[in-house]
Amino acid sequence: MNLYDAIETAACELYIRALKDIPADVRAALSGALAAEQSAGEQTAEQVLFTILENIDTADAQDTLVCQDTGLPVFKAIIGLPVDVAELEARLNKGCERATTSYPLRSNTVHPLTRRHTGTNTGRGIPVIKLEFAPQLGSIRLIAAPKGSGSENMSFLKMLTPAEGASGVKKFVLQCIFESGAKPCPPMIVGVGLGGTSDVAMQLAKEASTFRQIGSVNPDPDAAALERELLEKINRTGIGPQGLGGVTTALAVHVEWAHTHISQNPVAVNIQCWRGERAEASISAAGEISYAA
Amino acid sequence: MQHRFTTPLSEADVRKLHLEDTVLLDGTMFGIRDATQIRIFDQGIAPPADLTGSVCLHTAPGVRKLADGTYEKLSIGTTTSARMDRFAPGLIEKYGVRAIVGKGGFSETTVAAMAKTGAVYLAIVGGAAAMTTEQIEAIERVWWEDLMPECFWQFRVKNFGPLIVAIDAHGNSLYKNVQQRAAERIRAMG
Repeated sequence: MNLYDAIETAACELYIRALKDIPADVRAALSGALAAEQSAGEQTAEQVLFTILENIDTADAQDTLVCQDTGLPVFKAIIGLPVDVAELEARLNKGCERATTSYPLRSNTVHPLTRRHTGTNTGRGIPVIKLEFAPQLGSIRLIAAPKGSGSENMSFLKMLTPAEGASGVKKFVLQCIFESGAKPCPPMIVGVGLGGTSDVAMQLAKEASTFRQIGSVNPDPDAAALERELLEKINRTGIGPQGLGGVTTALAVHVEWAHTHISQNPVAVNIQCWRGERAEASISAAGEISYAA
Repeated sequence: MQHRFTTPLSEADVRKLHLEDTVLLDGTMFGIRDATQIRIFDQGIAPPADLTGSVCLHTAPGVRKLADGTYEKLSIGTTTSARMDRFAPGLIEKYGVRAIVGKGGFSETTVAAMAKTGAVYLAIVGGAAAMTTEQIEAIERVWWEDLMPECFWQFRVKNFGPLIVAIDAHGNSLYKNVQQRAAERIRAMG
């Protein structure tokens, strides 16, 4: 297969895989949450997590979608070989269309004013494509993370003042979690983006909620400390699985940051639901695709 | 406490339920979503089926249309109810819906309407579509196909659940209780 056909095939396959096969890190975190709710004696939360895990098993056994929300397709391509970026984007687009019509996946993509459906899960600006460049890689790493709406609707941005400092950041994140409550399908993965300009803060929050693995820790010690503190506080709210009470409101908190302006203190929050959908493949220059387990 | 009901539900059935009880359902369930209810309430077009004693599910299923015009279920799951909160009192008071199945809960206005008329909110586990799809035996009928996928759907369900009573017919909401406790705890964190 040539490189571009491989990109299209991988995009199609990864979109579907991400909706069917929950990543290993998310499964492990959900199992851990079940154990935590059991030892806390939270019966409703235990019931919810039991159902979540049973549902993942059902999807595995029947080779079917975990959740009906096929999301808006989001791809990250980490490019480590010479590639025509316009063609890559066109093929990611085609891969989404193929997945949508062949499976068929429910199409969610509409015009923001007319609400008219495109029917293909593609359209203006969709799929969302994030490009990174890593010349030493020698291949293309392609990650699909279709984003469901219950969690994406719980997105927040605030341009705090510098005087509000880190404590203002923590207060804002907790306020966002409180406002989100049951809506984003907790136990959730909380992405926090700090600094940059407003758009960068949102992008960092999305990177943190969607592309980071559970168990990963920000290499910056201050950011890592904030991750730990926020996770502990968010779980102390007791919102719990599905907002019905319990000790696991979040499976993880991930913080990503950029430098910012002396007079700015941007903080963005993006939530990922318990499904934590993500699927990955590596594509060689010769068009060989190897899917990550 | 566990309950199992066959639809339609009576007022007495739902008044029996208390927060955190679990419910299994057999019978018929109607699938509705934003666009379906915009048509009913904002455009004033009556629902195409009798909803007295019915159970409504907040959904827009993934389906495949077959040659004979019927639909095969592919993935049927539940969406966030809060977006459709303003329609819920109308469903209950005007059309006699006894239970709404969804995720995330409703506002105080709907909690009050449920207490007054006798209806409950049954929480399903959001995202658990693989199981929900299995528990829906068939798509029996569909109206308003122009709203695809937000049509007015009729499903036949068996052993549907376990659903958790999250708003009862006595003015109680598990969401409200959990959120009040969360607010107090966040305040205490300073």
